[in-house]
Amino acid sequence: MGVLVSKDTRLLVQGLGRDGSFQASRARAYGTNMVAAVHPGREGQKFEDTVPYFSSVAQAVKATGANAGVIYVPAPAAADAIIEQADAGMGVIVCVTEGVPVMDMMKTLAYLKGKKSRLIGPNCPGLIQPATKVKIGIIPGNIVNPGRIGIVSRSGTLTYEAVAQLSAHGLGESTCVGIGGDPLHGTTFTDVLGMFQDDPDTDAIVLIGEIGGVREQRAAEFIKARLRKPVVACIVGQTAPPGKRMGHAGAIITGKAALASEKVAALKAAGAHVVDSPAYIGQKVKEVLGR
Amino acid sequence: MKLHEYQAKQLLELYGVPTLPGEVATTPLEARKAAEKAGGRNVVKAQIHAGGRGKAGGVKVVDTPAEAETAAASMLGRRLVTHQTPAGGVLVRKALVVSAADIAKELYVAVIMDGDVGAPVVIASTEGGVDIEEIAARTPDKILRVPGDPLIGLTPYKARDLAYALGVPPELVRPTADLIVKLYRLFVEKDCSLVEVNPLVTTKPSRPGQQPRIIALDAKVSLEDDALFRHPELQALHDPEQEEPLELRAAAAELSYVKLEGGRVGCMVNGAGLAMATMDITKWAGADPANFLDVGGSADEKRVEEAYRILVSDPDVKVVLINLFGGILRCDAAARGIVAGAQATRSDLPVVVTMRGTNAEEGLKILADSGLKTHLAHDLAGAADALKELLAASTPTKAPGQQARRR
Repeated sequence: MGVLVSKDTRLLVQGLGRDGSFQASRARAYGTNMVAAVHPGREGQKFEDTVPYFSSVAQAVKATGANAGVIYVPAPAAADAIIEQADAGMGVIVCVTEGVPVMDMMKTLAYLKGKKSRLIGPNCPGLIQPATKVKIGIIPGNIVNPGRIGIVSRSGTLTYEAVAQLSAHGLGESTCVGIGGDPLHGTTFTDVLGMFQDDPDTDAIVLIGEIGGVREQRAAEFIKARLRKPVVACIVGQTAPPGKRMGHAGAIITGKAALASEKVAALKAAGAHVVDSPAYIGQKVKEVLGR
Repeated sequence: MKLHEYQAKQLLELYGVPTLPGEVATTPLEARKAAEKAGGRNVVKAQIHAGGRGKAGGVKVVDTPAEAETAAASMLGRRLVTHQTPAGGVLVRKALVVSAADIAKELYVAVIMDGDVGAPVVIASTEGGVDIEEIAARTPDKILRVPGDPLIGLTPYKARDLAYALGVPPELVRPTADLIVKLYRLFVEKDCSLVEVNPLVTTKPSRPGQQPRIIALDAKVSLEDDALFRHPELQALHDPEQEEPLELRAAAAELSYVKLEGGRVGCMVNGAGLAMATMDITKWAGADPANFLDVGGSADEKRVEEAYRILVSDPDVKVVLINLFGGILRCDAAARGIVAGAQATRSDLPVVVTMRGTNAEEGLKILADSGLKTHLAHDLAGAADALKELLAASTPTKAPGQQARRR
């Protein structure tokens, strides 16, 4: 039944300012079981008259059995929120917050080693699982459909683009996972590919990468060595000049390995079906599945 | 945020890294006085946020104060064009006058974040004085990489190993190791995205009994924008004159705008990934993007209007490509912003539009009724086709397929 989350997912939302509240409301409307809200100063109140507020994650987890958390707190406090959720034993932590300092993430990722929590993000749209109606993050619920394609992407809006194309071809998603656009992030392409490999409800995988770093090459190594399901991949940023940050902190060409062409070559060599433009993702998936 | 060489050296000095700080001159006369004060042979260096200064005439060795004045006059108030600047170059406002060193050997050392390792990595080479890209291309086996630890930092033994590997004279092993540890600390503590010393030099003793030294002769430091909030003293070092005016204007409006050289399609998109994809589509359609403009996930009408104004104030833009996927962003609000921007700037450029997601139909209707020269497409493939037709109909100002300039 997809990856990372299930019908037993109990969501905690941390940071309910304007954006956090809006997104929490959307998740509930989609059908996600939100059990706790954490926002110091509002203890005793209820979010949308239903979900209890707590002043700490540990209290919230103890009282509600929350097993997945999403973070909307501002960037300077985001790393602390990740650590707080990990200390409370959260299973899956999605950090949507953009602009978290790299040094904060460096220390936080080191801290998370050996802990049972899995971090997705930061600077990511989160994940959505149409069959169970679990939405953790900001991927719009109205565009996805239950199905058997797994999507993993560094980009939010490109994930929507891929979904729209799958829909146009009558296909749906088992789980969509946005791993985020920062150079240092928790869950990697390789992690998610491994989960899709083991998921009986996923038949094929769409991987959307971009310039910067070497995570796509690591994914290619995994695809070659272990993956037995078809992968349709697209790498954006072919036209980006070296040394310029293209919106995402991680999308900057700092050496040869960071080039789109290097990533495309690695993925092709690993047996992935690489499309030149994201405009052809849907068509290619259809073709690969032979329907 | 990039720093000037003289600012970077001040940071290095703060951490106890030996440099030749020199003096900053804003007029040729000041350069003359600085050279007089320092005496002997000096180097006059243009202060701009780009590499490749030497080959472009931005670094000159002078033997007299008069020569220093002439050298400074050739730089100050002029635009310096290097392989890393935009085609029009960057205005030189300051020159650094610094004593010439008696160089025995030029080395390279830098600290960058390695996302794969999850920690900063020290990169070093015995082949200093040239671009690291050039070293990587010519002698890749001479590039040494030593990762630090995210919690412990760079332990001294690793720095010492590196100093030995760089082949410095025995008496300079400790000072070199010490210097490398300090560069690493600077990188982490000041939230840098790059600390680069090229060249790092060992000096020849100029008289008997004098010890050789290890000196950071040049320095490049970039600070991570996302962490500047905790370094107010470093924010003050920002030099807006070194940046594209349109990029600054965009940043003020919380838009992400990147100018690309040689293109003629202005791209407005929401989301960095979609922006890059849209640029690529432009390329596949046989043209080059003139810029990258990401309005972000939650822009409103006002922000989209400002985005459109910025986009069309780039004189290179001949066609506008708008690709929006509404989520929090509502396409009808975006459409009103586009129309307002076009009316305010009296722009009559052709506009290719795709809109999907929240209120897309309303948005497309607003554009269709606006009187703008819009070409509506259903998806990315359709947008590419529309772009191809438009570009085929217009006379190209530049050859298609031309590469964006290296920066």
